Amino acid sequence: MKRLTTLLSVLVATMSTSVFAEYGLNMTEGVTEISKNIYDLHMMVFWVCVAIAVVVFSAMLYSMFAHRKSKGAVAAQFHESTTAELAWTIIPVIILVLMAIPATKVLIDLEDTSKAEMTVKITGHQWKWQYDYPEEGISFISNLAQDSKDAIRGTDEDRKKAGNDNYLLDVDNRLVLPSGKPIRFLITASDVIHNWWVPDFGVKQDANPGFINDAWVEIPVGNEGTYRGQCAELCGKDHGFMPIVVDVVTQAEYDKWVSEQQAAAKAAADSANKTWSKDELMAQGKSVYNTNCAGCHKVDGTGMPPVFPAMVGSPVANGEAADHIGLVLHGKGAMPAFKMLGDSDLAAVITYERNAFGNTGSVVQPSDVKSAR
Amino acid sequence: MTTATASHDDHHHGPEKGLMRWVKTTNHKDIGSLYMWFAFIMLLIGGALAMGIRAELLAPGMQLMEPQFFNSLTTMHGLIMVFGAIMPAFVGLGNWLIPMMVGAPDMALPRMNNWSFWILPFAGGILLSTFFMEGGAPAFGWTFYAPLSTTFAPDSTDFFIFAVHLLGFSSIMGAINIIATVLNMRAPEMKLMDMPLFVWTWLITSFLLIGAMPVLAGAVTMMLTDRNFGTAFFDATGGGDPVMFQHIFWFFGHPEVYIMILPAFGVVSHIIPTFARKPLFGYSSMVYATASIAFLSYIVWAHHMFLTGMPVAGELYFMYATMLIAVPTGVKVFNWISTMWRGSMTFEAPMLWAVSFVFLFTIGGFSGLMLGIAPADIQYHDTYFVVAHFHYVLVTGALWSIIAATFYWLPKWTGKMYNEGLAKVHFWWAIISVNVLFFPQHFLGLAGMPRRIPDYSLQFADFNYISSIGGFAFGASFILLTYIIIDCVRNGKPAEARPWPSAKGLEWTLEPKAQYHSFNTPPSRKLIEQESQNS
Repeated sequence: MKRLTTLLSVLVATMSTSVFAEYGLNMTEGVTEISKNIYDLHMMVFWVCVAIAVVVFSAMLYSMFAHRKSKGAVAAQFHESTTAELAWTIIPVIILVLMAIPATKVLIDLEDTSKAEMTVKITGHQWKWQYDYPEEGISFISNLAQDSKDAIRGTDEDRKKAGNDNYLLDVDNRLVLPSGKPIRFLITASDVIHNWWVPDFGVKQDANPGFINDAWVEIPVGNEGTYRGQCAELCGKDHGFMPIVVDVVTQAEYDKWVSEQQAAAKAAADSANKTWSKDELMAQGKSVYNTNCAGCHKVDGTGMPPVFPAMVGSPVANGEAADHIGLVLHGKGAMPAFKMLGDSDLAAVITYERNAFGNTGSVVQPSDVKSAR
Repeated sequence: MTTATASHDDHHHGPEKGLMRWVKTTNHKDIGSLYMWFAFIMLLIGGALAMGIRAELLAPGMQLMEPQFFNSLTTMHGLIMVFGAIMPAFVGLGNWLIPMMVGAPDMALPRMNNWSFWILPFAGGILLSTFFMEGGAPAFGWTFYAPLSTTFAPDSTDFFIFAVHLLGFSSIMGAINIIATVLNMRAPEMKLMDMPLFVWTWLITSFLLIGAMPVLAGAVTMMLTDRNFGTAFFDATGGGDPVMFQHIFWFFGHPEVYIMILPAFGVVSHIIPTFARKPLFGYSSMVYATASIAFLSYIVWAHHMFLTGMPVAGELYFMYATMLIAVPTGVKVFNWISTMWRGSMTFEAPMLWAVSFVFLFTIGGFSGLMLGIAPADIQYHDTYFVVAHFHYVLVTGALWSIIAATFYWLPKWTGKMYNEGLAKVHFWWAIISVNVLFFPQHFLGLAGMPRRIPDYSLQFADFNYISSIGGFAFGASFILLTYIIIDCVRNGKPAEARPWPSAKGLEWTLEPKAQYHSFNTPPSRKLIEQESQNS
């Protein structure tokens, strides 16, 4: 019954444009100039298509009802008209030219990244995003939030609760951007092709391994808030599970966030210089493992052989530490490189892999990872 | 033809008995039937995979499978439907109909014809066997973008590459055979502009196949050497470029789209005049429009790649060129409607499928025009809007025309009539369910649901549910279709030689069930003129 009501409400919704957005029937208008221009273009082409459809389909439907044999219609025998052929060649060309003009304007505008005042580098990894602020010296990884991960195989109730109604659209570390400032994105990938898409910004750009693409965005002041998106290029097993969440804040809040992040980065760098106890490494390693490794090698270390080998009894985890560090840093085949993680996190996760799951490998310190880079 | 001739044929040149008839046959009608049955079986297998996809997407959360297996399903569904179902079905129609339509006794290269069919079951078998290999079937989408399909792909990918090579051989041989048949075996009295449109569209399609399939073979060969022999065509660390893969793939891929739709245009151009009891409107403009579409299909490939980081000038060129395709396609639609206009229409099953083809293919054309607008494509790209678009053109376009053609020519193939009442029930069942299946996917895409994801956020739940229900109903409709066809072959009432009184074409001058060897003597000029669409 609930489904039936939904169906009915959809039918009603299609009749009235004002409720389009409510039911998620139409493209978002978004908040940037670009996304609004794209929306206008989309609606213009849509209405042109509707107008053509009305003309073409009414002619066809009229003919189907009026020119039936059962109504005694006698077939005419005309079968060509150069005038008609010319008319329905030339008129569409004119319509197309009229559509191409605004499309060209929007395209040229959105490809011009020269106005940008700050830069964020976005790197796609299997299956997470890395954000670098080169000028501010901030760098972090953004993964699917844990409660969404747990809810994938959980109950409907879990999915409703996950991320406050944002199941699969919630992350652990959000990208933070200031409003009122033109921002250039430099977009690339470390393994396969990904695509960074936030519909409300009108930004969607392929992240190609080994190449850098750019895009730009300016979120007008007054539109502070949270914006969500997803990877839009098939990138392997967990393509559906690498969302994007952006917090847009005022310039003042952004400055405060930057200084906090810089302080945290300094603390992390300091911690890499000290010698960690095995318990500290194991505790930290477990959380790094569950976030980064468990997707393929599983929380209990059983993996998904043969593509994703088991940790349990693994010859790498029980062998030479140097080989293990090298494999995690640089990747191999389906195993992506993890050199974007910090020395402490890498040391912790490698130690965890070598000592959890019944393995008996050695302890690895951040300094070992640092010297292996 | 007199019955005396027929019994003479049966006696001396009839088919061999038993299974070896089908293995050794060089008869275009036998090979046509083999192609059609192969395509139908692959359609059912590809459809079963789609049922798996829609079952997983019925509700949020992963209920039935691992994400990797889901990716294998979408990949294999696409590959099987494109290379196993739609393309072989059109080659089957071409085999059955082209020699009869041009007044030729058989295809020009009958032994090669046998070979080009018998490669297919092996290629299809290799492709399907990857499901049972360690690491699973290919899971990188039917477009197999590198490096996901090279460095990061399962071992079974090498079998996929081999299968694609074989399918390519088969298609190229089929195309050469059709060109040779049309140009060399055509009745001496038949001019090019006397040819029925199905023959014209297939002739043009053959040139697309010969141009495009070797490019695909090149792409998969480069993949093979990247994977196994240390080359780096698509690997930036070795000086290669993953975007180059997409250029090569789509240089094949876009003509491929028209390979799957031009013969459909031909089919519809036969059926609509027959049931409107009126000559086809604008025969020569139909031929020129088909040729224009084929030419344009070679120069628009990068509209699949607007987001790869192309320069603005490139994006503008590909946008303009793409929009141009709307013109010849529009001409075709207007011609079909003018053919219907002031006709005297009846709506037997073939006409129902043909008329709904015009409706639904046009809807797919509209979404195609929208996708061609480069800036708007930013929001549409790789969403369910694209999925909806290409299913409207491939399912309610290409597949629709194949079903229409099957009902239209089934009496000529079997000498029997299908059950019209059941066929109408099947039609309404299919057309309602297919729209419930694919129409909501437009909304999903616009609302922001990416394609090729095994699970989705809760805002997409309702439309996915509706779409899945439509999918199951549409899938079930093929059980009825199977029954209708088998029932016709086994128990159908005898058909007349020309079961559709207004149908034109040399094939209708043959016996009710076209004799095993037809047109041993070429038709006369008078007969050709009488049966020409270009009257």
